[in-house]
Amino acid sequence: MVHGPWLSLLIWLPILGGVCLLLPGWRSAIFRRTFALAISLVALALSLWVWFHFQDGTSAMQFVERVPWIPLLHANYHLGVDGISLPFLVLTTFSTVLVILAGWRIIDYRQAGYFAAFLIMEGFMNGVFSALDGLLFYFFWEAMLIPMFLIIGIWGGPRRIYASFKFFLYTFLGSVLLLVALIYLGQRVGSYDLLAFQRAPLGLGVQIWIFIAFLVAFAVKVPMWPVHTWLPDAHVEAPTGGSVILAAIMLKMGAYGFLRLSLPIAPDASRYFAGLMVALSLIAILYIGFVALVQTDMKKLIAYSSIVHMGFVTLGFFAMYFMIGALTTESARMGVQGGVFQMISHGLVSAALFLSVGVLYDRLHSREIGTYGGVARSMPVFGALFVFFAMANVGLPGTSGFVGEFQVILSTWQASPWWSLGAALNLILGAGFTLWLMKRVVFGPVRSEAVARLPALDWRERLVLFSLALPVLVFGLWPAPILNVMRASVAHLVRQALTSKIG
Amino acid sequence: MSRNWTSSRASRMMMLTLSIVLLPLAAAALTGLAGRGLGRRLTHAVTITAVGVSWVLSLFLVLRVLHGARLDRVLYTWMVSGGVRFPIGFLIDPLSALMISVVTFVSFAVHIYSIGYMKDDPGEIRFFSYISLFTFAMLLLVTANNFLQLFIGWEGVGLVSYLLIGFWFEKPSASAAALKAFLVNRIGDCGFVLGIALLLRETGSLDYSVLFARAPDLVGRMVDLGFGLRLPALDLIGILLFVGAMAKSAQIPLHVWLPDSMEGPTPISALIHAATMVTAGIFMVARLSPFYVEARGALSLILIVGALTALFMGLLGIVATDIKRVIAYSTLSQLGYMAAALGASAFAAGIFHLVTHAFFKALLFLAAGSVILGMHHEQDMRKMGGLRRHMPITYVTFLIGSLALVAFPGFSGYFSKDALIEAVGHSTIPGAGLAYPLLVLSVFVTALYTFRMFFMVFHGEERMDAHTREHLHESPWVVTLPLILLAIPSFGAGWVLFHPLLGGGYWDGVLANAAGNHALAPFRQETAWSFFLSAFGSPTFYLMLAGIGVAAYGYLLKPAWPAAVADRLGSAYRILLAGYGFDRAYLWLGTTVAPFLGRLLWRRGDEQAIDGLAVNGTANALGRLGSWVRRLQTGLLYQYAFTLVAALVVLVFWALIRTSGGV
Amino acid sequence: MITLTDYLILGAILFAIAVMGLFINRKNLVVLLMCVELMLLAVNINFVAFSRYLMNRSGQIFVFFVLTVAAAESAIGLALLIVVFRHRRSINVQELDQLKG
Repeated sequence: MVHGPWLSLLIWLPILGGVCLLLPGWRSAIFRRTFALAISLVALALSLWVWFHFQDGTSAMQFVERVPWIPLLHANYHLGVDGISLPFLVLTTFSTVLVILAGWRIIDYRQAGYFAAFLIMEGFMNGVFSALDGLLFYFFWEAMLIPMFLIIGIWGGPRRIYASFKFFLYTFLGSVLLLVALIYLGQRVGSYDLLAFQRAPLGLGVQIWIFIAFLVAFAVKVPMWPVHTWLPDAHVEAPTGGSVILAAIMLKMGAYGFLRLSLPIAPDASRYFAGLMVALSLIAILYIGFVALVQTDMKKLIAYSSIVHMGFVTLGFFAMYFMIGALTTESARMGVQGGVFQMISHGLVSAALFLSVGVLYDRLHSREIGTYGGVARSMPVFGALFVFFAMANVGLPGTSGFVGEFQVILSTWQASPWWSLGAALNLILGAGFTLWLMKRVVFGPVRSEAVARLPALDWRERLVLFSLALPVLVFGLWPAPILNVMRASVAHLVRQALTSKIG
Repeated sequence: MSRNWTSSRASRMMMLTLSIVLLPLAAAALTGLAGRGLGRRLTHAVTITAVGVSWVLSLFLVLRVLHGARLDRVLYTWMVSGGVRFPIGFLIDPLSALMISVVTFVSFAVHIYSIGYMKDDPGEIRFFSYISLFTFAMLLLVTANNFLQLFIGWEGVGLVSYLLIGFWFEKPSASAAALKAFLVNRIGDCGFVLGIALLLRETGSLDYSVLFARAPDLVGRMVDLGFGLRLPALDLIGILLFVGAMAKSAQIPLHVWLPDSMEGPTPISALIHAATMVTAGIFMVARLSPFYVEARGALSLILIVGALTALFMGLLGIVATDIKRVIAYSTLSQLGYMAAALGASAFAAGIFHLVTHAFFKALLFLAAGSVILGMHHEQDMRKMGGLRRHMPITYVTFLIGSLALVAFPGFSGYFSKDALIEAVGHSTIPGAGLAYPLLVLSVFVTALYTFRMFFMVFHGEERMDAHTREHLHESPWVVTLPLILLAIPSFGAGWVLFHPLLGGGYWDGVLANAAGNHALAPFRQETAWSFFLSAFGSPTFYLMLAGIGVAAYGYLLKPAWPAAVADRLGSAYRILLAGYGFDRAYLWLGTTVAPFLGRLLWRRGDEQAIDGLAVNGTANALGRLGSWVRRLQTGLLYQYAFTLVAALVVLVFWALIRTSGGV
Repeated sequence: MITLTDYLILGAILFAIAVMGLFINRKNLVVLLMCVELMLLAVNINFVAFSRYLMNRSGQIFVFFVLTVAAAESAIGLALLIVVFRHRRSINVQELDQLKG
């Protein structure tokens, strides 16, 4: 086990960097963005360092730091990662680098502030993924909203004020109940240690209230039907970088919350509500699938597709309570692994799709599907990459998008063939809305003079898109490394989630 | 078996397999990523060398397999999840070796052909990269030793098929056909994935070997689907997997994508949509024969679906006027034959027909491509005619392909198809009694549409415009060479393969046979020669002659007759022209029902109910509350002061009452 | 004999007059200020009376404080009044409803 303030560095270094960027006295913009890029690269290197020094095969928390924070409340500054949170740290630092590269020339209004917001947000998101103290978790959870609120509100599209308020209020309302539940647990357990929460015995009635409070907070973030309507608006109005972080990391927070808080702290209530959760997941997969089909705005379409994919995640988590027979534990693990893998893969794929849309938007300043057509003629490399990412979104084997869906479908059958069928229908619907998008944007006759004259990708855009294509392909051909990292933690989680705490 | 082979031999075989599979991938990657740097010539050289070497190596592989070598080995572990290991690995046995050699051979021929066919196309390099990638995916599919890899290859070929159908993506019809092909295949994949899921649940593994070992134990196991629905596990798995095969191998009702796939370049129609990819479903069922023989119910379904496809898709070929569409319908019909053979548990006959069909159908498509080249990309047969004088090599090779297709005795198609029909006749699988007459009847249909096409294209008066006629000439050698290459097995493959594939012990331990079913028993004693002679005593031969005769009458002697018949048969003719309405039904579902549902859920559900009522509704309610409360705020200080004092008085009184009450 | 009660009643009457002045007066801001002054004086009477009654001087010291503050307050109040008049050309209380929500 490695000790040392690595996680603290991961959290506070980007925040410090972001604050430095905001200070006056920089000589030129190029210094600022180079500095921002350097900070994000250092954070990426740090997270990779953590990844390579992480020991598989144990579910124990690693890189643990613990110092008293608010002694009066028994709250500690307590950090640590396990196999579930580790991949998300890397995903966060990786996406931040991409976002900074993508905004390199595109953002011309208050660029330093833009980069600073992303760096500060990176730190807070790393905090969420590594916090092991309830209050600390809540602190990061809320703090993260502020930079995103500013990013949408300042650098967003024409309806950015509506969208940013909708985003903020939606998520904030959910979080208030989270705080109430955390405080209740803190009073009851005597500290805010999440691991102590997980061990504490709780009656079913209490668990149900806690689960509901958590559910409201996390379901909004995931987002689950019917509290999903903030997402399309937020995505449409957010700048490309904001959409990338929103889709790649923020949506994962809700699902991560289920894993870290709901399932282990309230396993009996999770069982109690599992039917509801599965129903909501299937609604997300099918209902939203149809809604995505008729979108005319590219970003909205991809936003809805995100909701569909997150439906797979929650389905994978909660179907385990309905599994019967000898293979229950194994299938449950496969489902949870599938869910987590889907989160990671979706982080990569949706980020890539939003960046691709960003590439088009930067050129023609339109997100309407009807503006485009025949893009492959003028931008062949981009067309190939866009189709590749679309195929990953569709879940084509050989791309990372396949792995999680496959695992969820396989494991869900253990619970009910019909749910499996519902999830499998996304093979058709998902292909329908994604490839129809491709048909209208990338293929078909060249739509207009403007499309015919689209400039090809520059080296920076190529770098960004190819560096996303690589992991999508590699983890599709060989998902084992990620699954090995999370195996022990997922097994531990499933054991917790299937063990009753009543009594 | 593998114990007799030393590990070094096994690893040499592994290397051989790996080279065969990975060479096309390397070529595809190289030309796909650096194609523009390489240029046309080098692209041709790289891809053709890779596939050619693959082909030669595959012949070595076949030789080794003939000497009893087998390989079943894991390359690497894809993932371990839920206590199950998902490996990527290869299974080399007679079936996969045969498939590898067929795939690489046809692919090689098509690669050469494409030099000529795709010349001057701006996307030429992309094209070569695609077909090499396709070859890789197809090889991955046929060499798999587990369902995961099968599925990866399965979707891989689907992807390349999608890309190639939409190769001329600026044509709206091409990109629409590509989308349609992918979506229809996805319907199949939906069933396929569910089949895999059930399989995993029942056997705990996705390896073929585990499945084959456990299949007999599964007999009698029931799957509870809820709602009081209980089905035998084996049949349900078999049917779900076959749903995937129905899409990939274009069986009714999931056949609709194949005719439209003719939007792709003709070499693709030959390679993907005739010879290799569409036979993946057939291959899959044959691969799983030790399992399918236990799933009798599934076999019956396959048999009936196959026979229906064979007849009804053949009928459509009679009314089509686009040369490629006629061949596409004939492909559908032949795939139906193969499926029927599988359903009759005559797996060897199905695979035999798959092999010969790969040769002669690739030949027909490539020859049709040669015609299309000569006609300056005109595909309507009504504008052709009399081409035999201008394109002699194409004419002869097309004739060979046609004779093979109609199962003329002596040609490869005869050996496979007549054996297949006979095997179905001998089968004891329920449904064989219905399937057999359908198959026999479609022999007549096959002969009719094939020679209708043949006569319309190569005989009769020259109906093309003057400009085209002037420039009519035989295609260059890169086009005709593959035709000749393919004509050889189209004629000879039957003679060579008949005994080993149907009578001999080539399939021992690979293809199973349903208990109590002796569909293939009659061929144990036959040789190719005796089977050839028996042709003239069988009814199918005369049916075939009748078909050719009718075609000759209508399209050589009395050109006015077909139109008169079509008039007489009015509504039946229209039904055929509309393809039984399948297309319209799918179109309605895809472009009317699904978007309607989507708009309904979006506008009414998301925008009105959730956003309108719940989200903005809450905001509006709060706003209304606020506007009511603000009326208290008059802005007049004396009113505030009054409220202040009044409240003070009330509070003081309240406090007084409380304290006095307390006392 | 004038008792403490009489002083307190006087203070209360003065205070009540001031409060009523605040409520009933709808016209003049100056009258409003005068009423406030009157309130403070009522309080002062109470202070002095209690100071005498309890034999404690702090009450009387407080009165000085209050008087000082009241002087300052009326000065500021009149200053504000002048500013308001300059702006609106009126010191009519009913028209001063800018705080309206």
